[in-house]
Amino acid sequence: MEQKEKAMGLFLTNGFPTPADTLPILQALDAGGADFIELGMPFSDPLAEGLPIQRSSARALGHGVKMEDAFRTAEEFRAKSETPLLLMGYINPILRYGVSNFCRAARSSGVDGLILPDLPPEERGLVADHAQEAGLAMVYLIAPNTADDRIAEIDALASGFVYAVSITGITGSGLDDRLDAVAAYLQRARRLVQRNPVLVGFGIKTHTDAMRLSRHTDGFIVGSALIRLIERLWDDAALTPDERLAQVRAFAHTLKYGGT
Amino acid sequence: MTIFNQQESMPTATYSAPDATGHFGDYGGTFVPEILIPELAALKQAFARAWTDAAFQDEYRALLRDYVGRPTPLTFADRLTEALGGPKIYLKREDLCHTGAHKINNTVGQILLARRMGKTRIIAETGAGQHGVATATVAAKFGLQCIVYMGAEDIERQHLNVERMRLLGAEVRPAISGSQTLKDATNEAIRDWVSNPHDTFYIIGSVVGPHPYPMMVRNFHLVIGEETRRQLLEQEGRETPDAVVACVGGGSNAMGLFYPYINDEGVALYGVEAAGEGLDGRHAATLSLGEPGVLHGAMSYLLQDNAGQVQLAHSISAGLDYPGVGPEHSYLKDLGRVSYRTATDAEAVEGVKLLARTEGIIPALETAHAIAILPRLAQEMQSKEIIVVNCSGRGDKDMGTITAYL
Repeated sequence: MEQKEKAMGLFLTNGFPTPADTLPILQALDAGGADFIELGMPFSDPLAEGLPIQRSSARALGHGVKMEDAFRTAEEFRAKSETPLLLMGYINPILRYGVSNFCRAARSSGVDGLILPDLPPEERGLVADHAQEAGLAMVYLIAPNTADDRIAEIDALASGFVYAVSITGITGSGLDDRLDAVAAYLQRARRLVQRNPVLVGFGIKTHTDAMRLSRHTDGFIVGSALIRLIERLWDDAALTPDERLAQVRAFAHTLKYGGT
Repeated sequence: MTIFNQQESMPTATYSAPDATGHFGDYGGTFVPEILIPELAALKQAFARAWTDAAFQDEYRALLRDYVGRPTPLTFADRLTEALGGPKIYLKREDLCHTGAHKINNTVGQILLARRMGKTRIIAETGAGQHGVATATVAAKFGLQCIVYMGAEDIERQHLNVERMRLLGAEVRPAISGSQTLKDATNEAIRDWVSNPHDTFYIIGSVVGPHPYPMMVRNFHLVIGEETRRQLLEQEGRETPDAVVACVGGGSNAMGLFYPYINDEGVALYGVEAAGEGLDGRHAATLSLGEPGVLHGAMSYLLQDNAGQVQLAHSISAGLDYPGVGPEHSYLKDLGRVSYRTATDAEAVEGVKLLARTEGIIPALETAHAIAILPRLAQEMQSKEIIVVNCSGRGDKDMGTITAYL
């Protein structure tokens, strides 16, 4: 089952740890082997997030980061890389910006798709047509408690990939230690999702976690563990900027390929 | 607004919101992480069954009578009426409910539902602590584990209610993120539910949140308006007053009193929001000054900045200190069926004094916002007319705040 290389998606909040750091970190992740980037648009009330991503959002908002800054980051990233980039965020700032304008601006900045954790398929009418018109993929999430027929429906609506949340929990939680149950869920997801790749995320911290969870999927996503690493590196005054970026790149590489 | 996928026209004969998908016109809905979708579907089904099940209704009504202390009186406020020199004013005495406010009508209903669904763990959010106390109370009564999320700042400000909840056996967990108030306590409660969907029942304290909560919480408070109709008929020979007044934070006491009057076009409905320091300062006047947006699972009016970040609310009343509002209120505002007015912190404190000195009733600061608009409203009406005000809670909990303010 583990023959094919697994796709790795890495999440970073735009404007974190500072607006000037985001782009070089994304480029280090890209160089370290990221197959796609999830760029987070910070929100004041990120209710699906655990503490690391909450902190990163608060820090970015503290720097006055706005939607336009995410477009700028995307554009600057896209100027030097073909690696797919998706925007992740909560619906309210997008509604406020104007959905149609948002989708067009995102696409013209080189963004490939959207992941909106508080926009389940039930409410997709606010965004889906605008996204499609602009040429943006719409990723939807499934979870261990999502029924079979709903997984199939979500697959039919999704484009880009289907995001399989590994646990019933928030980002940055511990992984479910009932390995058989997790494996059974991901196998079920892989069987029912026929139109899209399946990527698993939430709770993955190491290469071992990543390989174990992506055994039945096409790849994996890491966010909170990366945010924690960046907090540690950027709080360490003894490190130079280049040393920090080198460690970020090494983290990405190790997540994907193992080793130390 | 072209961003919305649902459009509903003005109700004519009968009002029937929300629709099957939980939308009140453009508002409401289920803006939640995928994990909660099956849980909300199960809740919706369980509530629909229970609400039309005679055995459930019997059990709920018996608890309202024997435990909550219903029906609450409809008190003619003769000295207040005289002082204002206008229409006859009646007070619906929700302050006399067990635990001191209307909140328990809803927690009794939801805990019966939790038990039916086999849930063993109760969570809730609270701002001032009134909903937390009402939830801890019914959890104790039914022997269920109870965890209440409360902003770390509110824990400081409302220490008495924290001690009440602990005495009742609940665990009070501080929400340390963001503004450390009700908004953040709600985020934490939702995160808990996302993490424990199988055994946990989230008792939301107002007509907010994803479908079916706004409808369900409203229905558990309908008893307020239903009793009022009956009692007014007995006392005045008519079921309908000319005006109904209630304060609006999330808006549950208001929906409970308004809803049975929505189709009575002759009844003017007034919701009163907290203007805090004034509408040009810090306030909590979501319907008056907010813009539509999504917070805590529903589309509704929202206090937000130009970038769509949620702004902090302010009110002297911790129970009104919330940047959102129930989606049904947003709908009723746009329809023009309810008029929303505001009262400042200072006006609310005057409202407390007015009711205390004319009627011997110290209202909660939330309730005092409704009292505060009466002097003006009375001038706009005739003396043969009738106003019913929801006296939604008692003021003991606010004595510290009021004393500090005066």
